[in-house]
Formats: sequence, C-alpha cells, structure tokens
Amino acid sequence: MNRFDYLRPASIADAIAAAAAPGAAYLAAGTNLLDLMKGGVSRPDILVDVTRLPGLDRIERLPDGGVRIGALVRNADLAHDPDFARTYPAVAEALLSGASAQLRNAATVGGNLLQRTRCGYFYDVASACNKRVPGAGCDARGGENRLHAILGWSDACIATHPSDFCVPLAALDAVAEIEGRGGRREIAVAALHRLPGNAPEQETALERGDLIVALRLPGDAAQFARHARYLKVRERTSYAFAVVSAAAALRLEHGVIQEARLALGGVAARPWRARPAEAVLKGRAPDTASFRAAAEAALADARPSGDNAFKIELAQRVIAHALTWAAAGTPEQMPALPASPFASVPGALS
Amino acid sequence: MSLSISLTVNGTARTVALDDPRVTLLDLLRERLDLVGTKKGCDRGQCGACTVLVDGRRINSCLMLAASLDGADILTIEGVARGDVLHPLQAAFIAHDGFQCGFCTPGQIMSAIGLISEGQAGDDPERIREGMSGNLCRCGAYIGITEAILEAQRTLDKAGRRDAA
Repeated sequence: MNRFDYLRPASIADAIAAAAAPGAAYLAAGTNLLDLMKGGVSRPDILVDVTRLPGLDRIERLPDGGVRIGALVRNADLAHDPDFARTYPAVAEALLSGASAQLRNAATVGGNLLQRTRCGYFYDVASACNKRVPGAGCDARGGENRLHAILGWSDACIATHPSDFCVPLAALDAVAEIEGRGGRREIAVAALHRLPGNAPEQETALERGDLIVALRLPGDAAQFARHARYLKVRERTSYAFAVVSAAAALRLEHGVIQEARLALGGVAARPWRARPAEAVLKGRAPDTASFRAAAEAALADARPSGDNAFKIELAQRVIAHALTWAAAGTPEQMPALPASPFASVPGALS
Repeated sequence: MSLSISLTVNGTARTVALDDPRVTLLDLLRERLDLVGTKKGCDRGQCGACTVLVDGRRINSCLMLAASLDGADILTIEGVARGDVLHPLQAAFIAHDGFQCGFCTPGQIMSAIGLISEGQAGDDPERIREGMSGNLCRCGAYIGITEAILEAQRTLDKAGRRDAA
C-alpha cells in the first residue's frame, strides 16, 4: 500500500474541499478501497475519512411515502430495518445477497454505489487495463472473460459493475443526492454509472470532490412491495458476486400487470434497467409467455464480449424466474438464502 | 505523520500513537498490542480469519484502518472467556469438533458471537450457514461449526432466561 495523508474533516464542506485536491479519495468503510490499495490498484495521496460526518447515518421516512437513506447507513442496518424491508423487499433481499455478514456490517450504502468492478484484469496490476491505465489496452478481451459484460460494453472495456444493491435501486427509480463544489444536486441511480465507450476510466457522473450524501426512494416505489424479488445466480451458494441477477417488481390488479419494473446486475458497467421489458409486461397477464417475451425484449441488444454467450440465455432465464417469483408474492420472511435460486419459497418455484 | 488514537480493547482503555496511517486494525492488534489470537489469513476480506467485534458488530479487521476507529470498543478472541471459564461458543466448538487445525477458529467464534447477537439466524441450520459464509475453514469443519453454534445459542438462551428471572 502506498503512503498517504489521512484527514478526518468535521463537516461536509470541509470534506468536499479536501477531496477536491488532486489525488484525494473519500474513505468510508473502505471494504473495497483498502482492498484495492493493498493490491496497488488504487494509490490515493490523501484519504478523506467521511465516516464521522454528522447526520449521514439516518433512515428517514418522507412525506410522499418514500424514504431517504443517509450515505453512511451500513448495508446490514438498512436490510434489517423492519419498515424498510417491508416497504422495499427487493432492495433488502439484494443487500442480504451481497458479500458476507462482516462486510455488510461495515460497508456503507454510499460506498456500495461507488465500488469498483471485480474484473480480474483490473485487479491485476501486471495486466493491461484501460480502466486502470487509460490507453493501456484490455487483457480481458481474449482472456478469461466468461463473467464479463453482455450489454453496453465497448472495445475498450468489458467489465461489469458488481453491486447487487444498485439493481433494485435502478428498477425503483432511486435517486442519489450529491454535495459538491457547486452545491447540491441529484442523479438517478440508473444514470450514475457511465458505460465505458472510449473512456472506461470515467466510471460515474460524479466530479472531483462530489460526495454522495443520501439515497432516496420515491413513494410510488412502495406500490410494488407485495410483488418484488431479487434473484442472483452466482458460482457458489453464498458470498460471491453475481454471474447474472435480476430485480423484478410488479403491480398487479385483477390478474393484470398494471406496471412492471425490471433491472439486471452482472451484465454491464451499470445496473441495467430493462425498460423495453417493462413495456412488454404492462397490461399483460403474469404468465410464462409474458415473462419469456419480457426476457427476450430485455436482452434484444445483448452480444457476447468473449466466452460469455451463455450469459444471454442465462439472463433471460433469470428474468423469467425473478418475474415468476415476484408474481407469486413477496415472502413473509426473508428466505434463508436471500436471492438464491436454491432457497425454498413455498409456491414460488415450479 | 503521527496520530494518536484511543480504543477500548477487551475492556481495557488503550491509547496508541500511530506513526503510519496505513496500519489496519488487524496489524494494530497483532503487531502493536500483542493480541495474536486474531489471525491474518488472506488480508483481503475474503476468509474471515481476522473477524473481531467493533462496537458490538463483527467486521473484517484487515479492511479497517486503525486511524478511522478512534474511540471504538474492540472485542477480540482474547476477551471472550471469563478467566478460566470458556465462552459458551468456545466450549461448544470443542464439544462438536468445530475445528481441526484451528487457524480460522478465533474468526469463526467471533463471527458466531456476532451472528447470535444479530438475532437473524434462530435455530435454522441453513440460516446459520448463510450467516457464517464469510468465514472459510480449509479443514472443512463446517458441520461441527454449525452444530456448535446451534448448541451455544441454546446455552445462551437458557442463561438469558435465567438472568431475566
């Protein structure tokens, strides 16, 4: 790990001023950043510790029925907040399917949004990576790439964003509140992460010094509470990143889908909101034919970036499965294995 | 750069002068405070051998900078027994062969203490296995570990009811 200066500012304004310096990085729980620093992937000159900033660790109900989540709320605390889990069950399920209990106890929701890709070539400083060293090339192309992107990738970068939490957030129109040098502004979570294009090193819409201070879920996202699930296929039962995941939420009336929300994880450099699939589902019956049609619409633009053509079919099956679960109803109790296809949820799986 | 931090470690107040902000909680415990019960396995947050409780919550001590923990209350494996009386989880790990080589055991036990206090697993073995998935055991003592946690939870439940009565 490189040497760095450690700062712990007392106010958000001081933090922004400190983090606007070249080579500065924010430190929250550090569960991803310290790992990257130990591997020499990230080499900040200054760490600006934001964990003691006041007022960023609260979960607040909003007048419109939505919720505002301070950026320093820990992943485990949000997932286990009974009111939040009842209102936004797919978000809680996604949180509990991520990482391990120790990491969820430490990791903050703001940090979760800004975690870096787990592409092995990004992590290996001996490999060429356009994201780590712009213009260096991409060893993932032609390398071990069966887990890489199938949507939105470019010749410069085929990495995926690893977050589970971001997937239902994108589906439910969550918004990130940002404080920066120019004051306060908002960015939809679905638009926070950039697709790689020719500049994969530019990963988000944030500018130097920008600090995520809160996330907001709108009140109408609560209308999906009775039919919302997250499903995550991974290479072992627990404590692994998604090969493909899906957040599915339905508003059903009289046996008809009034409104559907769908987003995918593990397929692109951002949580992938599948609006064409949502349009297919609107007004249809919640049955296998509808779900299969939605799955095909969601992956219409997909193409393999390497040895990962299987992920296109897998993503379609995961979508159909997640929609089937969502239609069957949100379980009363969180499954023993959150978001796992191996979890036994009565009536949800055939 | 010199930075002084105050911690409570296993009930004892400690003030530590850090000459380097890179020191993790794990290295502080092992290299500066001579508490070598907490193990360094992967040092990257993947194996759970370094698990300790910070302010009552289980975390990976290899992924926390000591500098950021000023004022925190730390519990390590050295602080869980009462004198010669083992913590119920320590006793249960012995009774159920919850280890072979023992390297991961301090992390397993600290993680299990955290799991029980979180109250999410109950007596469901599948929930216990899921809740313990951040602790790897290369000897494969997982069956004994799950049985030990189930038994320790029963012991602690009984003790809790006795205390309440």
